[in-house]
Amino acid sequence: MDVVAYAREDAGSPPSLFADYRSTVARSPIQPLVRVPQTLTEVTGPSGWERLMGSALADLTTQHKSAPQGQRIIVTGRVLDEAGKPVPNTVMEIWQANAAGRYIHSKDNWDAPIDPNFTGAGRVVTDAEGRYRFVTIRPGAYPWGNHNNAWRPAHIHLSLLGPAFATRLVTQLYFPDDPLIEIDPIANAVPMPYRQRMVCRFEIGVTEPNWALGYLFDVVLKGREQTPFEENDHDH
Amino acid sequence: MTIEPEARITAPRLDNQDPALFGQTPSQTVGPFFHYGLPWKGGADLVGKSDMGARPELFPEDHYVLNLSSPTGTPQGEVIEVAGRVFDGNGDLVPDAMIEIWQANAAGRYASIADAREEAPRDPHFVGFGRASTDIDGVYRFRTIRPGRVPGPGNSLQAPHLAVSVFGRGLIKRLATRLYFADGEGNEVDPVLNAVPEARRETLIAKRQTDGTWWLDIVLKGDDETVFFDL
Repeated sequence: MDVVAYAREDAGSPPSLFADYRSTVARSPIQPLVRVPQTLTEVTGPSGWERLMGSALADLTTQHKSAPQGQRIIVTGRVLDEAGKPVPNTVMEIWQANAAGRYIHSKDNWDAPIDPNFTGAGRVVTDAEGRYRFVTIRPGAYPWGNHNNAWRPAHIHLSLLGPAFATRLVTQLYFPDDPLIEIDPIANAVPMPYRQRMVCRFEIGVTEPNWALGYLFDVVLKGREQTPFEENDHDH
Repeated sequence: MTIEPEARITAPRLDNQDPALFGQTPSQTVGPFFHYGLPWKGGADLVGKSDMGARPELFPEDHYVLNLSSPTGTPQGEVIEVAGRVFDGNGDLVPDAMIEIWQANAAGRYASIADAREEAPRDPHFVGFGRASTDIDGVYRFRTIRPGRVPGPGNSLQAPHLAVSVFGRGLIKRLATRLYFADGEGNEVDPVLNAVPEARRETLIAKRQTDGTWWLDIVLKGDDETVFFDL
């Protein structure tokens, strides 16, 4: 059966190998990616995500006894396809460092305090209009060993399944006016101006009085082509 | 005094909300610290109720907020284990990779709204999606059902396979590949395998170990580099 394929990467897609981000050197394929026809396998994806991942966890500030340290923020937006059409009922998984830039992970040896009231993991599901919203604290920047005096800009990791195997996306959300973005090798693997797609926008209309700052961030997943995928060999 | 937002003069700075930039959100690495946020207990067991898939020893117990897998019943089909090591270009094992699988049920049907075929039955107990972090020895492991054959382009039929995604520190974007079975019916005519240069097809074909496990190493770079797809 012929299927309607999903679009391939657009011009904003980073390469696998970006030597300034040192870990990519030993972990990036040398051989070119092999272009294969999209089949039913690539255009389908899991539907019953709640059976896998459980109910939504949209407030990362209420998972423990007390409120976590740091600036409470709201992050909201839509998940869309490339035609601007909403992607409803899709899961977005979230994880991040705490306000001091420390992850709740035994391999994180950055000398900043653990916050017993902050794990930094959650998940939300988009509604019928593709909208999502979660509450968290603004993560801190942190140093890493990539090069001398290397610091990751504050960021929130986002993981989306989307409607199909072909639309799987893991990305990072960055904050406006962060001077670390332009010297960060991971963000810089994405060429300008597309890098700015990952920078959220402060929005006073999302901000709630006496409670939390608000940020807007839309995620755009690969869209579908207009016509079914054509077979490469036309000998039949 | 009140400053009206409309009255401020701001330098134009493109961001996520600018229509001029609208397009695919770029991929970024999962980094090294995803274990408390993504791979849940049972995420790698698509059949039963084990804890396979997670690395809870990497973070404090009271910070485990992930779901516990709750299967509704036993899916139909042959239960199999698939496993393998992940290697980098230096031949070193990768203990901080995350592997995902997506597959059809034993009858060749995907548990997806995008698979509307009537001829192959759904299995209410099989979701077909799994997630595993590699362990300290760089090994990933899933317990699942051997998938049936699903249609390929035109009138073709694909050989049984799992779609596989590889994530990790140093992987700016997901690497997509497949796992086939050495004794799989239709491997020789599979439309995707046949799009791969013959000399490299072996990198996609799991072999059965004496203990019954289907084994496939994933090599990110170098000799015997796994074939990754441009989807």
